[in-house]
Amino acid sequence: MAEVPVPKEKWSGKIGTVALGATSEEGGTRSSRLVIGGGTGMPFLSYEGPTTHRPLIAGEVLDTVADLPDLVREEFGGAVDDPAEWAKAWVERHGADLVCLKLRSTGPEEGDRPPEEAAKTVLRVLQAVSVPLIVYGSGHEEKDAKVLEAVSNIAPKERLLLGHAEESAYKSVSAAAMANDHAVISFANLDVNLSKQINILLTDFGVRKDRIVLDPLFAALGMGLEYSYSVMERIRLAALMGDAMLQVPMVCDTSSAWKAKEASEEIEGHDGLEERAAWWEATTAFAALMAGADLLIMRSPRSAGIAKRAMRSLMEVD
Amino acid sequence: MPTAIEIFKHLPKKNCGKCNYPTCLAFAMQLANSKAKLDDCPFVSEQARAALAASSAPPIRLVRFGSGARVIELGDETELYRHEKRFFHPTAFTVVVPDSLAPSEAGRRAKEIAAVRFERVGQALSFDAVCIRDVSGDAARFASAAEAVGSSVDLPLVLSSGSPERMRQAAMKVIQRRPLLHGANAQNLVPMAALAKELSCPLALMQNGLGEMADLVAQARAAGVEDLVMDFRTSGLKDQLESSTVARKHSVKKTYRGLGYPILVEAGKGEDGILRGMLAVMKYGGLVLFEEISEAQALPLFVLRQNIYTDPQVPIQVKPGMYPVNGAKEDSPILFTTNFSLTYFTVLADIEKSKAPAWLLVVDSEGLSVMTAFSAGKLTPEIVAKALESSGAREKSRSGILVMPGMVSRMSGKLQEATGLKVIVGPKESSGLPKFMKGL
Repeated sequence: MAEVPVPKEKWSGKIGTVALGATSEEGGTRSSRLVIGGGTGMPFLSYEGPTTHRPLIAGEVLDTVADLPDLVREEFGGAVDDPAEWAKAWVERHGADLVCLKLRSTGPEEGDRPPEEAAKTVLRVLQAVSVPLIVYGSGHEEKDAKVLEAVSNIAPKERLLLGHAEESAYKSVSAAAMANDHAVISFANLDVNLSKQINILLTDFGVRKDRIVLDPLFAALGMGLEYSYSVMERIRLAALMGDAMLQVPMVCDTSSAWKAKEASEEIEGHDGLEERAAWWEATTAFAALMAGADLLIMRSPRSAGIAKRAMRSLMEVD
Repeated sequence: MPTAIEIFKHLPKKNCGKCNYPTCLAFAMQLANSKAKLDDCPFVSEQARAALAASSAPPIRLVRFGSGARVIELGDETELYRHEKRFFHPTAFTVVVPDSLAPSEAGRRAKEIAAVRFERVGQALSFDAVCIRDVSGDAARFASAAEAVGSSVDLPLVLSSGSPERMRQAAMKVIQRRPLLHGANAQNLVPMAALAKELSCPLALMQNGLGEMADLVAQARAAGVEDLVMDFRTSGLKDQLESSTVARKHSVKKTYRGLGYPILVEAGKGEDGILRGMLAVMKYGGLVLFEEISEAQALPLFVLRQNIYTDPQVPIQVKPGMYPVNGAKEDSPILFTTNFSLTYFTVLADIEKSKAPAWLLVVDSEGLSVMTAFSAGKLTPEIVAKALESSGAREKSRSGILVMPGMVSRMSGKLQEATGLKVIVGPKESSGLPKFMKGL
């Protein structure tokens, strides 16, 4: 038989790890601590290095459901009216590894809920589920500074993942994370150099590298996915080739897939909107995994199920 | 293609200038960029010619099947990652029609497959070929199914049978279509290869394992068949990803030459089938056979292919013009953006989210985003004014209001002069549109 050598690359770098959630041992209340990252080769190539920490799926929970597509709402039944119930449904019924709580209602245009109230929502979700938690504000710079500070203080030592820090606004989020030993999402808009830049800013500011998860912005299927896919491949390659400031795990939020027209509207002459929509987010997630995502934030349990089974098949685990 | 230095080693190094370049090295550099022909050198030796021909052969053979205007090209890829240059030949999607169906039914099924069609950013998305599969084990039945499908659709055909004799009978019915024969395995290689050679049809090899596949490739080539496709009969996504990646990497890096052929993925059906098809799109699959796939599953798959095979240097562009959003009427305002697809889709989604009726004027910025176009002088007040005229914008909207992207607010004054409309500066980020529209 012909001998086909395995073309193993000799990478000089590897992706660092970030631990999320804290158990009682670490001073938190989570049932287990989850670790992401640690990749030593390109995604899922077992001959370049084992995938020691499989990518995780976080179920998205919103504290206001104004824009939630009906198809997703139906998947959860009445649970979406209460973030704690919603989180529970994700973990108990849909097998989410962790929960991503987005405190949209704190946005000045979306209810302007005070930081203390938002922090209480975080506490309620922490009590409802025992998995680690990702927490976003509303995306409003000044308000987020206060909201995330309150969130950080109400759950000290829980090792939350706080989102997000960007070049124009990173100090308050980073400070909120550092104050109580939480981790932080560094966000850059579809660009390798900007991704590196925000990580440099964060580490210079004092955030430890093993507390940073990078969000390079994953554009959804049909909405620029190819840019994100290539940017992530380039980030992963650069990290493996030794660029220390890119050697952090990556998070992709695939809920944006529901913004695509094909995921939300009937197409004349073609049926199956429900299935198409589920595949729209699942395809976005699958592409993110192949490009190097270590953590996915997903909106639909159906889509998350597909992504999870894809991952298992890629790793040949159950 | 070999590098200039590799080519230079084979040149006579006389620096005679007869090739019209001052030195052999300069000539080598032109050759490496495909800007000169080796024949321009009067002194090149036969050995050098042979050596350079071998090393300039494409790393993955270009294999064609089908006939006339309906030919599918597979292979001839040169990159591992799309950002390095681009992926050239989009993964072709094929649906299987079993010969257990009566011929008329098989023909009808093939027509259904050919009729699945979507339009997206000016491109038609559809299946590329039909595969007729021998499941009956009956030569006459397989042949009539092939004939029925062949006469029902003009798509390229794949014939799938493990029996050289049944394959021959079916192939003879559609031979003018130059079908892909799928396929040969370790047991039937000799007669299958002989048949492929005789009919001059490309042949798919079915074999799990890289070394075993390399053996089968070598045997097929020894039998005189060069147009080969490799079906690794993989057990799951992991096996598919790793076999495809190893074969591709060896081929483009030229570290092993025995697997330089396009890859066929037998996807099967159901969720696993779609995932295999999607993995093939991202990771080096040339041709995918689906046993069953619904329209709802086909569209995301087609769009993934459209995305991954986009030339990274030529962004997908949206057709410039005036688009009504949320039931825009005469009194609805005009918002403008560029024709870079990512920009367009984002802005469109955010206007839709606002639920406020509006006109979206897509300005031809040659596929650049707002800031890039502005910096490159492709988004000026004059260009916007021209777009207003050519799209008939003023007839469609009589609101007299033009909303501009906040990022380029510095041209608001000139824009007002150039258009005579009331220019309102919109939000810097598209995500601010829903709120902005409410206050408009």
